Amino acid sequence: MKRVITTTVINQSGVLNRVTGLLMKRQFNIESITVGHTEQPGISKMTFVVHVEDQRKLEQLLKQLQKQIDVLKVNDITDKAIVTRELALIKVLSPPAVRSEITSIIEPFRATVIDMSKNVITVQVTGDPEKVEAFIDLVRPYGIKELTRTGATAFVRENQKTPSQQLSIL
Amino acid sequence: MKALGGDVEKSAAQGADVFIQSLQNEGVEMIFGYPGGAVLPIYDALYKNPIPHILARHEQGAIHAAEGYARVSGKTGVVIATSGPGATNLVTGIADAMMDSLPLVVFTGQVASAVIGTDAFQEADIVGITQPITKHNYQVKDVNDLPRIIHEAFHIASTGRPGPVLVDIPKNVSNEIFTLSEVKQTEVDLPGYQPTTSPNFLQIQKVAQAIQKAKKPLILAGAGVLHAKASEDLVKFVEQSKIPITNTLLGLGTIKGDHPQFLGMAGMHGTYAANMAICECDLLINFGARFDDRLTGNLDHFAPNAHIVHIDIDPAEIGKNVPTDIPIVADAKEALQSLLNLGVVTDGFSEWTNHLNKLTEEFPLFYKQSEEGILPQQAIEMIHKHTGGNAIVTTDVGQHQMWAAQYYKFNNPDHWVTSGGLGTMGFGFPAAIGAQLAKPKETVVAITGDGGFQMTLQELSLLQESQIPVKVIILNNQCLGMVRQWQQTFYEERYSESLMPSQPDFVKLAEAYDIEGYKVSTVEEADQVFEKALKSNKPVLIDCRVKQIENVYPMVAPGKGLHEMLGVKE
Repeated sequence: MKRVITTTVINQSGVLNRVTGLLMKRQFNIESITVGHTEQPGISKMTFVVHVEDQRKLEQLLKQLQKQIDVLKVNDITDKAIVTRELALIKVLSPPAVRSEITSIIEPFRATVIDMSKNVITVQVTGDPEKVEAFIDLVRPYGIKELTRTGATAFVRENQKTPSQQLSIL
Repeated sequence: MKALGGDVEKSAAQGADVFIQSLQNEGVEMIFGYPGGAVLPIYDALYKNPIPHILARHEQGAIHAAEGYARVSGKTGVVIATSGPGATNLVTGIADAMMDSLPLVVFTGQVASAVIGTDAFQEADIVGITQPITKHNYQVKDVNDLPRIIHEAFHIASTGRPGPVLVDIPKNVSNEIFTLSEVKQTEVDLPGYQPTTSPNFLQIQKVAQAIQKAKKPLILAGAGVLHAKASEDLVKFVEQSKIPITNTLLGLGTIKGDHPQFLGMAGMHGTYAANMAICECDLLINFGARFDDRLTGNLDHFAPNAHIVHIDIDPAEIGKNVPTDIPIVADAKEALQSLLNLGVVTDGFSEWTNHLNKLTEEFPLFYKQSEEGILPQQAIEMIHKHTGGNAIVTTDVGQHQMWAAQYYKFNNPDHWVTSGGLGTMGFGFPAAIGAQLAKPKETVVAITGDGGFQMTLQELSLLQESQIPVKVIILNNQCLGMVRQWQQTFYEERYSESLMPSQPDFVKLAEAYDIEGYKVSTVEEADQVFEKALKSNKPVLIDCRVKQIENVYPMVAPGKGLHEMLGVKE
């Protein structure tokens, strides 16, 4: 199962290595990792998306991460109301003949053209990873020359909905 | 400002002086080490401001000695090595200490900051190399951080679940002038490291309730009890609750080997009674053991009918291998004391206890007497006889280790020093040196095999030099015994590279180091020499020739459950 895990860490050299090394040593399969500073100086936050087999493996992962001296907090936020964002940069082949067609795909995704040459445009798309995925699938037939993704970063929403048992009929 | 180095030409303290003072502040009583280029400033400071230093003949010897010292004294072992090869020679010992939760602080020299990353002479990325095998590690970037980092390192190594911490010190940092006014021990401020030591009381109550409900309870005690110095509390609890008890390999000594409630060691080479108790119990209370695969055998068959209570100071160990019904994160001593305070009184589980006693009687550890030569099991029994079960015994890994675990009945905690988790050949002899230095008045016996001894025998130098009266007893079967046993059992007797027919003359070797050496080949000879040697206050080496084709039984084959034991009865 895919889990989104955030860790708050003390920003010391080697901390990313420590965390990824731990995941490698314990055979966890990482889909993506993003790291950056937080609002507090000296504190960074990592978001990683991992595949784990079952609840026990997940528990082990969280405990092992928590054991690291530089790790302050570990949260599995998968089942919470969360905001997840990813950025992708895509170079798409776009000879003049199809350019307007591509532009018409870009618009509904609120993607941005950030560079352009004779036969290639570079598009930036942000959103949750599924949206980014959908966009890439749409432009793939035109020919993707180069693609780079940041991996997901996430946190929990300020307002957590209390889960209701009843399903709306509407 | 006070000059710490005492060098008239220098007006201020340098990193190396600060290093020494920091170690003194931590109460370090001895250092195990080996000098080299990148730690020359530190050794120079040591020359001026001495802390007793044990000069091993190989860095691996130094760190295993520090492990032995830590295991027996309960204090943190301190190791110094130089950069590059010095540091990489420590890797085995660091991994060993990590697996067996021994508190070590390991200092390595590093090339100067300016050339780190250029593949400079004697450079190795020891921080990167040791990240997976240390509890934590540091590279010092600024000399003013040195006292704080050293203090943190000792704190991390010795608290919570103990483990090795490495501090890498670039040579220029050792030489740099310290600009703070004094070297002081500040409060440790590690928000990400707050080990839980007190048990949750509700959980403890649940254990008490589970004991009341149980018909066939069993206690499993591991090294966590020893690290928490809780063996007295454990014995009290065992006697109060009247629950039978078994040990892991590393937990031996938590209770006397001849205690009536003790079933012997459990696991791959455990006793039949102990393993059957695990298979049949309806409540298993684990104090400070990590459910290692050599203990559990096939997990599908491990304690199939039992409610599992797991008490461990490391939350990540709980549920790692065996699903737990009552998890308790706590120091074993605190957990035992709160259980004792609850005063769990039982009716003694007489049916269960009688059943287990019968198993012990019917299926004891046994070996077939031999007409000629010495059997290794007999050798261990003789060592036991002549030391009264009171010696500190160290071993490597393998057959001799298992025989020592089975046949040496320990009277005291902290008297068994063995490489359990990593299973390190070459561990036992240097570990005995560290153990002897920690407890100079005790008899320390290094039981090794002819294979393992040859991996670190250069430390014989130390025995003579520092007058360390360790007794080295080599159970010499001229082969890698456990490898040979597995090849015999699982590889149709294809003894691929496990036989060592050509051995050095160990007696002459001892003499070369100016140590008394004996070779014994019969039981009578062994008995006489052991008696004399084990009472002597000098170092002695005994080449004890034992039968080559002899196997450790009983045995749970890899992949099998504890109920499927081989070699239980004739």
